[in-house]
Amino acid sequence: MKLLTHNMLTSHVKGVTKGYPLLIKAIEVKVNEVEFNPTFVSRMIPKLEWSALVQAAEELGHRQDLPSELVADYENNEDFLKKVHRAMLEVEVIEGCLQCPESGREFPISKGIPNMLLNEEEV
Amino acid sequence: MDPCVGSVLKAVRRSKEDKKVLRKQIKASHTLLKHEGIATSTQPTKSLVVANGGLGNGVRREELSTVLKEMGEVEALVMPPYKPYAFVTYRSEESAREAVTQLNGLKLHCEENNVTLYLSYVTSVTSEEETSVVLPEGLILVEDFVTPEEEALLLAAVDWSSSTDDVTAEKALKHRRVKHYGFEFRYDNNNVDKDKPLAAGLPEPCLPVLKRCLNNRYIDIMPDQLTVNQYEAGQGIPPHVDTHSAFEDTILSLSLGAQTVMEFRNPDGRFVPVLLPGRSLLVMKGESRYLWTHGITPRKFDMVPAGDQPPPVGIAADVRACNNLTLSKRGTRTSFTFRKIRHEPCRCAFPSACDSQGSPSPPSPPSLPCCHDDAARLEEEYVHRVYDAIACHFSSTRHSPWPRVCHFLSELLPGSVLVDVGCGNGKYLGVNPEVTAIGCDRSKALVQICMVRGFQVFVSDALSVPLRSASCDACISIAVIHHFSTQERRLVAVRELVRLLKPGGKALIYVWAYEQEYNKQKSKYLKEKNKDHHENLHSTDDTLEERQEPHVESVGCRRHLGNSPVDSIQDVDKVADGKLSVHTNRTAFNTQDLLVPWHLKEGKSRDEVKPQKSGKKKTNTKKSKLTSDNSGLPSTLVSETESDCDRKSNPEFDTNISSPSDLDSAEAPVLGSECDSGPMPVFHRYYHVFQQGELEQLCGQVMGAKVRSSYHDQGNWCVILEKE
Repeated sequence: MKLLTHNMLTSHVKGVTKGYPLLIKAIEVKVNEVEFNPTFVSRMIPKLEWSALVQAAEELGHRQDLPSELVADYENNEDFLKKVHRAMLEVEVIEGCLQCPESGREFPISKGIPNMLLNEEEV
Repeated sequence: MDPCVGSVLKAVRRSKEDKKVLRKQIKASHTLLKHEGIATSTQPTKSLVVANGGLGNGVRREELSTVLKEMGEVEALVMPPYKPYAFVTYRSEESAREAVTQLNGLKLHCEENNVTLYLSYVTSVTSEEETSVVLPEGLILVEDFVTPEEEALLLAAVDWSSSTDDVTAEKALKHRRVKHYGFEFRYDNNNVDKDKPLAAGLPEPCLPVLKRCLNNRYIDIMPDQLTVNQYEAGQGIPPHVDTHSAFEDTILSLSLGAQTVMEFRNPDGRFVPVLLPGRSLLVMKGESRYLWTHGITPRKFDMVPAGDQPPPVGIAADVRACNNLTLSKRGTRTSFTFRKIRHEPCRCAFPSACDSQGSPSPPSPPSLPCCHDDAARLEEEYVHRVYDAIACHFSSTRHSPWPRVCHFLSELLPGSVLVDVGCGNGKYLGVNPEVTAIGCDRSKALVQICMVRGFQVFVSDALSVPLRSASCDACISIAVIHHFSTQERRLVAVRELVRLLKPGGKALIYVWAYEQEYNKQKSKYLKEKNKDHHENLHSTDDTLEERQEPHVESVGCRRHLGNSPVDSIQDVDKVADGKLSVHTNRTAFNTQDLLVPWHLKEGKSRDEVKPQKSGKKKTNTKKSKLTSDNSGLPSTLVSETESDCDRKSNPEFDTNISSPSDLDSAEAPVLGSECDSGPMPVFHRYYHVFQQGELEQLCGQVMGAKVRSSYHDQGNWCVILEKE
């Protein structure tokens, strides 16, 4: 699971109102090199919940001094875009789990795949 | 344009075309070697293998023969049954060479479909089918058992016009007309009311025929029940064993009118197609009556011995024993089945198939759910478990994205966020590399395949997708919502898609259509065959891959299906006792809620059938890669084997729009070796097929979204929704 995907995921347990962002409890994290495409990264940034990305990168030890607030004019800041690229696309959680911040429900991540299925009573 | 340049261009184009044909020819010969053990030769010989020119591809002997004869004198033309290829031997090598030069890449226009021929030299023409296949134990076929005069009398004795059915219990079933005499056979419980004889006994003209059966010792007791079935071309009867507890051992079946091919299947996997000529008598006794199923595949053509020469008696009945085959158009056939009602429990030697001896009767099909819990259970068993079990095979048949879905995807702006809810093997996730695509599916096994392909995926239900609201620029839901078994759940699924969309975001939804014929066009699902020659090669490959014979259906084996109304769509859900009916693959739908069989391919090892420990996953994925080249649309004559369809109902172009990542990029796996020796299992997937307008109506109930367009695409109803 890349942090880009994590940025989209939210807890959907019944009754939960603040299920975002999911906490990451990682057992195995990998950094896979992905070709850097500054245009693509620039386009993705406005689609992100910035603070959630920073928090997730922090949890995994890959924050690389990313600022808590999104910088202005990032389109031309290649150094910044590279860091976002790394956090968003290269860092991957292979084993571990995601935890709902409200209910505490854990969703296992195995072989890089989060299993977000709920039991019947949780829907 | 300078005429000179023009001709050069033409030459270039020409040679491109040639290269393509050559490539296809090489591919075809590889496939032949790999799957059929047919070695082609680069050295010219007198004999050729004609890929795609086979009975299995719907090519008739006459059509192929005409084309081949134009190249020179043909010594022999061998068309092995069910195969997508044929062998031709010319008198001279020169003619063979001529055929290779002239006919490679030729499109042959057949009655039902078109195929593209690819020819290669072979050193010898072999046919593994030469050994005659033995008829099922206890089966006797007596040709010309009744005279044409008796035939006429018998046919005249059946009054199809009578509207009151209390005398003879007449029914129009899904695939045939049927009438009962003596006792009514009830299709709801597959038995007879032994205490309620019908007013009409056996028709008078039957008596001399039955007396002859007694005299010839085909039977020991006079039958007291008669079922008359009338089949039009294209109709059939699902494979079944006549209920043991209902009838005594011997069953007589008299074929009148047109000939047909009846297929016998043993639970051990043996398969024997038997040609039943008009006026012949079939005697089913012992093993052939108690253990083997018999059925008639609904289709319009049968493979039969070619020419006037009568096939040798004895082995003739099994059509595969003859290499000189062609396709024969079916006509109307009427069968008279005579049975003796059984009053004591059956004590046959085949307890595994005997309802009297407590054999586990075929699992009763589920009913349409009426509450949420029932629906969830139904989908768990008839959707989720099935996809997990068939994931690899399923994935191997899902390699080509559908063009109109690709069109939708290609129009998304760069940087868009796309979610594929129910992404299957991820074939749409890489179509547009300019967008961020995330997939989810209920099937862990399918999601695993996506992951190996390098896509971002997670496991989730489409009713509750764990993604932020208004986070997506686009969503697709391709062949997913038809798996929800109540209207309410289908609605929730659409709502969920809309929730995910940003204002202005679009969702594309595809569901399988009840109407497989639209604007007078049959869907690919019905036609099987494709006009595009690329696909024909696929067909070939597929057929080669699929040479296994149809399997006995585990559900519905002894259930005669189809006593559902065919006339009114509004009634389609009200099948007999609310039980879901099992769909006959590649036929029109008769109900909206049904079970569609999936026949797992041979060669798939058991470990692929059962949900498994993750360690083996890579093995499977590799396998699916191995077979993925060979999948396409199955051919008519073997269509019962590979039957799925929903996603396949669309054109499967030999496309260049394939996903960017490849399974080969995964670490090198080890191939599983343990093969399953038993008959391959059949899985049933639940579907709700949508009527015209139904999808739009469903979407119309969702607040905050508008249907922007809707269309019919190869047997699917499709809408594009836009969030307001």
